[in-house]
Amino acid sequence: MSKAARIVLVLFLALVTIWFALPLLWLIVTPFSKAPSLGISLTAPTLHNFAEVMKARSALLAFKNSVIISAGSVVLVVLLASLASYALSRSNFAGKELIITMLLIFSSMVTGVAAMVPIYALCQKLRLIDSLLGVVLVFSAGFLPTAIFILKDFIDRVPRAYEEAALVDGSKGTDLFGRIVFPLIGPGAAVVAVLCFVNIWSNFLVPFILIRSNSKIPSSVAIYQFFTEVGIPRIGLISAYSLLYALPVLVVYFWVSRKYGFGFFGGLKG
Amino acid sequence: MPSSNSFLSRKTILAFLGPALILVAVFLVFPAFWVLYLGLTDQALTGVRAVSPSFVGMKNFNIAFHDDFFYNALKISFIFVIGSAWLGQALLGLVLSVILYELKGPIKTVVSGAAVLAWIIPEVVVAYLWIAFLDKDFGLLNQILAPLGVTRVNWLYAHPVLAIVFFNVWRGTAFSMLLFSSALETIPPSFIESARVMGASMFQRFFQIVLPQIRAILLTDLILITLWTFNVFTPFLLTGGGPSFRSEILPIYIWRTSFKYFKLGYGSSVSTILLVINLGFALLYLLAQRRKKHV
Repeated sequence: MSKAARIVLVLFLALVTIWFALPLLWLIVTPFSKAPSLGISLTAPTLHNFAEVMKARSALLAFKNSVIISAGSVVLVVLLASLASYALSRSNFAGKELIITMLLIFSSMVTGVAAMVPIYALCQKLRLIDSLLGVVLVFSAGFLPTAIFILKDFIDRVPRAYEEAALVDGSKGTDLFGRIVFPLIGPGAAVVAVLCFVNIWSNFLVPFILIRSNSKIPSSVAIYQFFTEVGIPRIGLISAYSLLYALPVLVVYFWVSRKYGFGFFGGLKG
Repeated sequence: MPSSNSFLSRKTILAFLGPALILVAVFLVFPAFWVLYLGLTDQALTGVRAVSPSFVGMKNFNIAFHDDFFYNALKISFIFVIGSAWLGQALLGLVLSVILYELKGPIKTVVSGAAVLAWIIPEVVVAYLWIAFLDKDFGLLNQILAPLGVTRVNWLYAHPVLAIVFFNVWRGTAFSMLLFSSALETIPPSFIESARVMGASMFQRFFQIVLPQIRAILLTDLILITLWTFNVFTPFLLTGGGPSFRSEILPIYIWRTSFKYFKLGYGSSVSTILLVINLGFALLYLLAQRRKKHV
């Protein structure tokens, strides 16, 4: 490559990178600003805005609700998906391929947007409107197919020799999963837990549709309400709260990309 | 494989598979079918029609096909998909991954890092970041453009479609970029090296070696991002579909008719249309995956 071409390419990359970084600047600067606005105002850093968040009961409550929803869904998805993918990996019944194909089609077709109306109507019938459990069940069902595909891949790679040896030693079929296979697919379960957490923690639409009362909304809906509420939006509070809310996702992201590289998220988030 | 059934009895398989399949059946599969029925009723969110809706046949679909707002939403969704997913995410992602492949080095970490951050931060937060970025009076964009002689623009009001298109390119390019980057890594370096030795330019190498090698991935990427972009709700957080419906993509139209105007039955009929579009892309995706496996 000629020197000139190289310079043009690097310049192009620099511009694109700046474009990616510019909107992010606000999230880094404003939470620590003494005069928070929609602009970038550099002042001596202060923690005042975070103190405001700690005083806002509704904000803290919403954070707690986010934790409950995400933790509940992650536990449910990892548990049910590992059981199901073990059964799919270690058996050969008629209709197995059909189940897998159906899971693939429905999980890509039935998005939160396309199914918001029937999911709302269903939760209404089941008395799951304004219930954290309802949100957990909807999220879990939505994420289970993807989780099953990932975990089945992992279990397929675990040699059956371990289980065969345990059978010879007199273990029962049901013990094999808990004692032998589950400990071996730890990394797979971690992958599923991370992806599931990042997606559910960030989701806005499902709780926005299903939750009515202010005491049960998670952080995503709370932030939306903060800036659509009548009156002057409390920008200091919103920015600090947004940063706190984004932090768990950022931490998980840095941890994972240090361990597995950026490619980890490719093809899995969605 | 004769031994494949030996660990697990039929009962165990059922017990292991059952809970997951029941949950998926109730909250994922059933809604997809129920929406077909709901779309044929005048189900409402509140009032008498919420408790005892009646069957109205194809009426809702008739209304949709004669509603200017429906066509408006469909049109904006198409512009949104072609602009932000195809011309934006896929093209920019491809260009970035090819340049980074040619340059290598630590610059890759910086570019990928910025793009992935935009992709990973929760949607409510990025929406707020862009509201601040595009603000007429304080926003960083207008401040940067001011020295260039551009007078302040109220971007979200004056150019709402352009704003959500650019937003979505910013938001989603990381996925295509990472996908293409990992595909490029699988091309044997000797292919490109020998082309280089023979004096092929970067463009020749791209069109004659790189592009044919990643054609399958390119197709997969286009199918996936089209499906996702059709189903993204984040623009709602930026513009709410406005001003006066000018950025109302199909998902926002469904939300507005169902939850703001309380017409769940009508919203269901539009959802059915979206589900059929999704099914088409899901089948395409399945087909592309199958072909990749068999080649």
